[in-house]
Amino acid sequence: MKPFRMLGRSIRDAFKSVIRNFSLSLASISCITITLVIVAIAIITSFNVESFTKEIERDLTIVVFLENDTTEEEAAELKKSFEDMPNVDSIEFESKQQVKEQMQQESDVFNTVLSEWSDEESPLRDTYKLKVKDATKISKDAKEIKEFDNVSSVSYGEGMVDRMISAFESIEKITYIVVIALVLVTVFLIINTIKLTISARSREISIMRLVGASNITIKLPFIIEGMILGAIGSIVPILFTTYGYIAFYNHFDGHLYSEVIRLVTPYPFIYQSALIVLIIGIIVGMIGSAGAVRRYLKV
Amino acid sequence: MDLIRLKNVEKKYSNGVTAIYNLSLAIEKGSFTFVIGGSGSGKSTLIKMLYREEKPTKGQIIVGGLNVAKLRDRKVYKLRRKLGIVFQDYRLLPKQTVYENVAFALEVIGAPHDEIRKKVLVALEDVGLKNKIHNYPDQLSGGEQQRVAIARAIVNDPKLLLCDEPTGNLDPEKSMEIMKVLEDINKRRGTTIIMATHDKAIVDRMKKQVITLKDGRLVNFKMKGTYNDEAI
Ligand SMILES: Nc1ncnc2c1ncn2[C@@H]1O[C@H](COP(=O)(O)OP(=O)(O)O)[C@@H](O)[C@H]1O
Ligand SMILES: [Mg+2]
Repeated sequence: MKPFRMLGRSIRDAFKSVIRNFSLSLASISCITITLVIVAIAIITSFNVESFTKEIERDLTIVVFLENDTTEEEAAELKKSFEDMPNVDSIEFESKQQVKEQMQQESDVFNTVLSEWSDEESPLRDTYKLKVKDATKISKDAKEIKEFDNVSSVSYGEGMVDRMISAFESIEKITYIVVIALVLVTVFLIINTIKLTISARSREISIMRLVGASNITIKLPFIIEGMILGAIGSIVPILFTTYGYIAFYNHFDGHLYSEVIRLVTPYPFIYQSALIVLIIGIIVGMIGSAGAVRRYLKV
Repeated sequence: MDLIRLKNVEKKYSNGVTAIYNLSLAIEKGSFTFVIGGSGSGKSTLIKMLYREEKPTKGQIIVGGLNVAKLRDRKVYKLRRKLGIVFQDYRLLPKQTVYENVAFALEVIGAPHDEIRKKVLVALEDVGLKNKIHNYPDQLSGGEQQRVAIARAIVNDPKLLLCDEPTGNLDPEKSMEIMKVLEDINKRRGTTIIMATHDKAIVDRMKKQVITLKDGRLVNFKMKGTYNDEAI
């Protein structure tokens, strides 16, 4: 009963203080808002990138073209070396005969051209199709395979995957740095806001000490005040996340460029992101106010 | 029975000034005691050590069974809940009414609502301000403001009431009103009262026990004492 009463009192005090010092709180709130908008974009982007790189990775294949004069034993040997590679998931052999038949079925033009070539003249090759487990290692694997005997050439998505992955990685790094910098600025602003409300209420605090309020009773309103600043600061980013993402998703019909890059469906994804944004806002607010209380509210 | 016991207490401030030298004394439960002495004699320092605003540099202080000298900062609130404190400058919250100022002392220690209401009204009745509960401090005279401060100090039924020059800002007539209120509290509630003052007229009229300090040393402890100019 008593803890609830005290908590209620602290929350009421904290709200009063935020309202009374609203112009003061506004700087902190704006800074949290900016930070959280970026965090929200980062969350949405990284979830989406995660989702569609997984999608791409799932059918990421290294195609190994064998030399024309490769014997069956040599081909079997090659298969064994592929099996020894830790990143190789599955191996599928396609003889040039199979490739030829496939192509002939696909179009009449191919059919006539291909039927004129004898086996020796044919530009087609026996191939191995290798599925890999980890897409980030695909270029290293391809390079390695290229050095194997009887391998004429290797292809794997023409470096597109590589470029995409490294682009996202550097964007991710930059985002981390920006977010950390903004969080530091925000914490600094909150510390100053709370410091000022502490000094504005120094008389009240000294009377609380005189009449025997416990330390937690004295400190809690200020810590809650920081959490409220964080929560208020997360309102705009949350609206932005929810409505912005739904609009974005609908506008692009759920995928970018091609069916491969499919966007994460908005529900319940946006609620999860909103919750993450809110929690980050409250935690950042709390870190700031706890810092101010520790530094400026000696008991 | 003794409510307060001091043994070989010394207080040396960090700037090197010794405000209290080797002080030992005991104060009985339910008594009314003046602490007198000239300016700088250590009256306020003694009062501050009793509510653990200052720590003695040597010796032992027991207040209501609590070893005040050894009390950790985090635990000071336990001592504060057992006593009330009144200052020369009232220390009220200007934006709160008389009622709210008194209720504040109970709210911040988590007392339940109906208990707060009951106790605040009793305390304000005891200091004779029941008709002004909705006024703000700046609508009251100095004597009335001090009575609000006294109501706030006694609202939680403390065993001990400490007063540091409570009449320091008041004219003799208002001062005597405050003294009547304090004497009444001492008699009717049984609250032990310790009051630091340098007001000769008050001490001589009240005929209470008197602790006389001079340059930080106890020079006299008398029952039914008067303000002894020679000692000071
Ligand atoms: N916070 C302090 N720091 C240093 N010296 C102090 C402090 N408070 C009081 N003193 C010194 O201690 C002595 C006693 O002061 P005080 O207890 O306030 O006397 P009184 O209340 O009797 O006038 C004085 O010499 C005063 O200057
Ligand atoms: Mg003094």
